[in-house]
Amino acid sequence: MKLAYTAEQNAFRAEVHAWMQANVPPAPLPSFDASRDGFEAHRAWEKILNAGQWGMVTWPKEYGGRGLDLIRWLIFEEEYYAARAPLRVNQNGIFLLGPTLMEFGTPAQKARFLPKMATGEEIWAQAWSEPQAGSDLAAVRAKAVRDGDHYVLSGHKIWSSRAVYADWAFGLFRSDPASERHKGLTLILFPLDAPGVSRQPIHQINGEHGFAEVFLDEVRVPVENRLGGDGEGWKICMATAGFERGLMLRSPARYQVAAQALIALAARHPDLDPVIKAQVAQAAMNAEAYALSIYATASRLIAGGSIGAEASTNKIFWSEMDIALHQAALAILGPRAELLPEAPAATEAGTWLDGYLFALAGPIYAGTNEIQRNIIAERMLGLPR
Amino acid sequence: MEFVFNDDQVMMADTARALLAEHCTTKHLRILSERGESFDPARWAMLVEMGLLGALVPEEMGGLGLTGPDVIAIATACGEALLPEPLAEVAMVTLPALAALGQGALVGAVLENRATVAVCHPLAPLVHQADRATHLLMIDVEKVVLLERDAVDLTAQPGIDPLRDLFTVAATRPGETLSTGAEAAAAHARATDAGALCSAAQLLGIAQKSIDISVAFAQQRSQFGRPIGSYQAIKHHLASAQVAVEFARPVLHAAAAMTPGAGAATAARISHAKLASGEAADLATRTAVQVHGAMGYSQEVDVHFYLKRALALRQSWGTPNYHRARYAARLSGHAYGPATLFAQEN
Repeated sequence: MKLAYTAEQNAFRAEVHAWMQANVPPAPLPSFDASRDGFEAHRAWEKILNAGQWGMVTWPKEYGGRGLDLIRWLIFEEEYYAARAPLRVNQNGIFLLGPTLMEFGTPAQKARFLPKMATGEEIWAQAWSEPQAGSDLAAVRAKAVRDGDHYVLSGHKIWSSRAVYADWAFGLFRSDPASERHKGLTLILFPLDAPGVSRQPIHQINGEHGFAEVFLDEVRVPVENRLGGDGEGWKICMATAGFERGLMLRSPARYQVAAQALIALAARHPDLDPVIKAQVAQAAMNAEAYALSIYATASRLIAGGSIGAEASTNKIFWSEMDIALHQAALAILGPRAELLPEAPAATEAGTWLDGYLFALAGPIYAGTNEIQRNIIAERMLGLPR
Repeated sequence: MEFVFNDDQVMMADTARALLAEHCTTKHLRILSERGESFDPARWAMLVEMGLLGALVPEEMGGLGLTGPDVIAIATACGEALLPEPLAEVAMVTLPALAALGQGALVGAVLENRATVAVCHPLAPLVHQADRATHLLMIDVEKVVLLERDAVDLTAQPGIDPLRDLFTVAATRPGETLSTGAEAAAAHARATDAGALCSAAQLLGIAQKSIDISVAFAQQRSQFGRPIGSYQAIKHHLASAQVAVEFARPVLHAAAAMTPGAGAATAARISHAKLASGEAADLATRTAVQVHGAMGYSQEVDVHFYLKRALALRQSWGTPNYHRARYAARLSGHAYGPATLFAQEN
């Protein structure tokens, strides 16, 4: 057990730090979920990141990555968040679909999709849920009908993150009309500007439209857009969900930097109530516990281990800690907590409110925490279904 | 950066766990407790024979010269087994304290089972099995004193854990002053950290074991025609307890990796470990009572042993409030963030 960075790891950190100092936009970009301008500003940032070969450091070099291990990924993320660099507009692509394509895609699919994903030229949305298939994803009804060398997609997808402005989506479709539940599903990639696709933004609790409804009316896509085999969609989606809940979706630095901001906020408010001080300390501890846990997991994976159902514990922990952290901030801000960023008296309050509203979604997206607890109970602890 | 145990560490912990699983079952504990006892001389002799007591003692004093990561999983195994003999305490607190104070002869006597030393510290004023001790090491922030058994008065203080024999200690004659001033303060700080880490490790073991026995119960106990473990209400209770364990474990292991070591960073990490393991044990043992239903409130099943040990260890060697304050004190004086996660500096 060696809990210290090597000289090479420190040199790598310095390299990331220097690049971020030179390249991160000085002012925060407008949200990618509120306007086309914000979305395009984030796309431009992805291009800059990729030009610096920092788009996805764990990806193989042939797809624009650096082929680095998970410890270096953690170091990269730490410097990324410390530099207050923009959030990743293509996270559905780079964190979810990308690793899935690398595992299940054909060489032609990898060559077609990964490079444009890495540059941000194609930004991805997720099209899994349907009005009647939320937590019960296996209830998917949207269909893919085979017609020669094409699939014809029809149905209604909802809660599709980034779908308002994104270019492509990956969706789960029922390709065998006689099938039920997990069988007969197929994962298909489709362009969001294809004829027959229409999108309806959904107004979220925070006033943004980070997700959309997607209506598909006989959308023709070539068979080569199928990821994995016909009827293998469930298996592949579960692998994707594993990446999502596992390590990549929420790196620890995000919460350490948020806790750092909370500590600074608390320091600007002397005479805080001891209960609030305890909440601040707890937030700081939680962010460290999450970081230590991910370092331990990364070390285990590098040593040849694997990640399984314990990924579900990560998702519960970060989503709950994010809410508690922001609640501590709101408690410090007191009456100003309800102010929007543009309110003259808001100062930093609006940012914390934004963060709190975003945190509230955490226990829902990427598989609700109730579903995660079922997974922990059944697959980690061995309780009966 | 390698946050994994090496093969030797895994093997040592597995060996200790297997030995305890054989010689320290709750059946053994029930026999002891029915006799009104908390100490099994044969089991203790076997543990001494294994040589684990001297794990953290320097080799020149007859120990193994190991460090925190080598022993932490063994202490966790002691918690899982609810071992009533003080293997973890002697190995992690008592002998390192005596060794640092230059008490080589006494260390040797303990390693050969010719002497027994109990530690009395302001954060652990109730001394387990003090009546068996040949010596008492009274560690205070201003003075460290070694007393022989006949130089103290012991008052039995019955507690809820049937396997903890507690005493308060009062000196009746002056003993040998081993250190004063800054040296005593350092010994006091070392013992604080060691005692908290040792308790944290046992609490984590208690937490996981409480979940495991509850899972086993929920798999076989049926109500409404189904195993109760198939109901989400039960599943979610146990899953929440497991989440608490998962995010206490790496903190405990990181704290162990910082020892031996003094300084505010180490102290804060140990406090975090004690808090997180204590919360996990509290949640897991109370969940175990609830999952077992009325059986969980009886002495028929083993749940109560874990609950009582968790209650004791959570408050000794620093209460949750003590450790939260110690962690918060570090926050106010030092930079926080990814850059300091593995910092060892003061």
